[in-house]
Amino acid sequence: MTFLNRKDILWLTVLAILLLAVFPLALDAFRLNLVGKYLTYGFVVLGLVLCWGDAGILSLGQGVFFGLGGYCMAMFLKLEASTPEATKIQSTPGIPDFMDWNQITSLPWFWQPFHSLVFTILAVPLVPMLLALVVGLAMFTRRVGGTYFAIITQAVAAILTILIIGQQGYTGGVNGITDLRTLLGWDIRPDHAKIVLYFVNAGLLLGCVLLAQFVRRSKLGRILVAMRDKEDRVRFSGYDVAHFKVFVFCFAAAVAGIGGAMFTLQVGFMSPSFVGIVPSIEMVIYCAVGGRTSLLGAIYGALIVCWARTSFSEAAPQAWLLAMGSLFILVVVAFPNGLAGVYRQYVEPLVDRLMPKPMGRAPAPASAEPARIIEQGAGQ
Amino acid sequence: MNDFLLSVEGLTVSFDGFRAVDDLSFYLDRNEIRVIIGPNGAGKTTVLDLICGRTKATSGSVSFEGRELTKMKEHEIVRAGVGRKFQTPSIYEDLTVFENLEISFPRGRSVFGALSFKRDSVVRERVEQIARDIFLDAHLDEYAEYLSHGQKQWLEIGMLLIQDPALLMLDEPVAGMSVSERKKTAELLHRIIQHRSVLVIEHDMGFVEDIAHKVTVLHQGRVISEGSIEHVKSDPKVVEVYLGH
Repeated sequence: MTFLNRKDILWLTVLAILLLAVFPLALDAFRLNLVGKYLTYGFVVLGLVLCWGDAGILSLGQGVFFGLGGYCMAMFLKLEASTPEATKIQSTPGIPDFMDWNQITSLPWFWQPFHSLVFTILAVPLVPMLLALVVGLAMFTRRVGGTYFAIITQAVAAILTILIIGQQGYTGGVNGITDLRTLLGWDIRPDHAKIVLYFVNAGLLLGCVLLAQFVRRSKLGRILVAMRDKEDRVRFSGYDVAHFKVFVFCFAAAVAGIGGAMFTLQVGFMSPSFVGIVPSIEMVIYCAVGGRTSLLGAIYGALIVCWARTSFSEAAPQAWLLAMGSLFILVVVAFPNGLAGVYRQYVEPLVDRLMPKPMGRAPAPASAEPARIIEQGAGQ
Repeated sequence: MNDFLLSVEGLTVSFDGFRAVDDLSFYLDRNEIRVIIGPNGAGKTTVLDLICGRTKATSGSVSFEGRELTKMKEHEIVRAGVGRKFQTPSIYEDLTVFENLEISFPRGRSVFGALSFKRDSVVRERVEQIARDIFLDAHLDEYAEYLSHGQKQWLEIGMLLIQDPALLMLDEPVAGMSVSERKKTAELLHRIIQHRSVLVIEHDMGFVEDIAHKVTVLHQGRVISEGSIEHVKSDPKVVEVYLGH
């Protein structure tokens, strides 16, 4: 595992214990399901760390990819719930109920392949990736970047929301796709099923962390940081910068799609309210609070902000948006590197001192970012 | 057909009607150090931008080893063997000296090539060798942002050297350097000249005399004089627009 150093393994183990042992033991099924829901945003922020933190490409439309993954899964589950027997009171039995309400009499072509679970599982990362590929190629080969790119991604989020709401008969409209019941005959609604789904979700998230870490520790990861710093220098070192941006944008989209699918499974429905501009910006806030240059920091950011959101909304629903806005401003002003920045400044030196030192490794500077960690023995 | 490494012919670029480079022609031999001098706004940096593809020419041709560069993308021009150093040190401050050089090593330049890139002994030895050439072998694990200005300039030259380009273009390589750093840079340039041509923009006449084989003087986007340093220095036109002040 050359892409993990000892500190990575330590903190990854801590996260794994927290997710796989502490939360399941400490929380009841309802709260655990909530944590599972928060963790689905963990997938999105992983992508944002690579895209925004490393490569400097701010996307304000990650909800689109989260939503597409979620809708893919919802379409499969909805078809399974819409058997001719279960829908025999409809004028056209065997199609999803909202289609029947909208006078649609046969299943649209793009719904057909979602009868297959294998197709659905492939579509969950690939459909978001395909959209990211199209948007990415169109933008990055024309060298659209920075604020302009962020605005375009917002526009994409707005367009997709309007499309979903407008095409009620095909998408379930503003209500979304609801009343999802079983996955290959296995009921996803009872508590014990939710606990199983929680573990699947946590396992997948840890897997995606490893994958993202592998990308970051490869030369590609260093090229992303280099592009953020001096894009022209990378270009004049013989790299096609646009290809690298498209890759990282697609990677972020694919993992966000997986998060969306796990959201649908655990929450039991998917609706446009998780797709649009506001949820997309919230995802960026999770990432900023946790630290946009730290994979694990961003996951903790998602957990903490979502948890705060639930507690706040239970106590004072109206105050939540204000509280979240203030939190964001506070983080940007006081801790530009988020929780991970605080950790690096105050905790990491302590960890370094406590960890037994392997031979021949120079201590990293205090402000070191993950991308800056030198591999052991490099250049010695 | 000629055997020049680089032939620039009738090169013109105009920005909103202003001709920054106007019908420019010059030829660069193999293993030649050519220095371009001229007053501010003469179009020196624009010429380098045109050769390396950063700016697209309005008309004219740039032929490098028989290939037409004006129709190629930046990274293709680099891969063809043209390296470019920018005026202000353009290095990756958030990466170490080693990583800066490693990224510039010409292997694994595609997305999947970069993902599967291995830091093997070939890479390591080449990086260390270049680091010795650019006087940074003791700084390999330092972050580039902590280097001095002169060291950053050397690092960028090293990032080009590791690509082993046939043509090296340097935009004011000694600007802002101390006297001793300037001497070391001249020594470095003499050492790396062996198998390549170098095109340098420089204001420092002492440095120019030290390194130049031939000098091209630009003024308002045109060549007003070209030849040996003695020839150029005694050319009344050059004295009037540039050296006289």
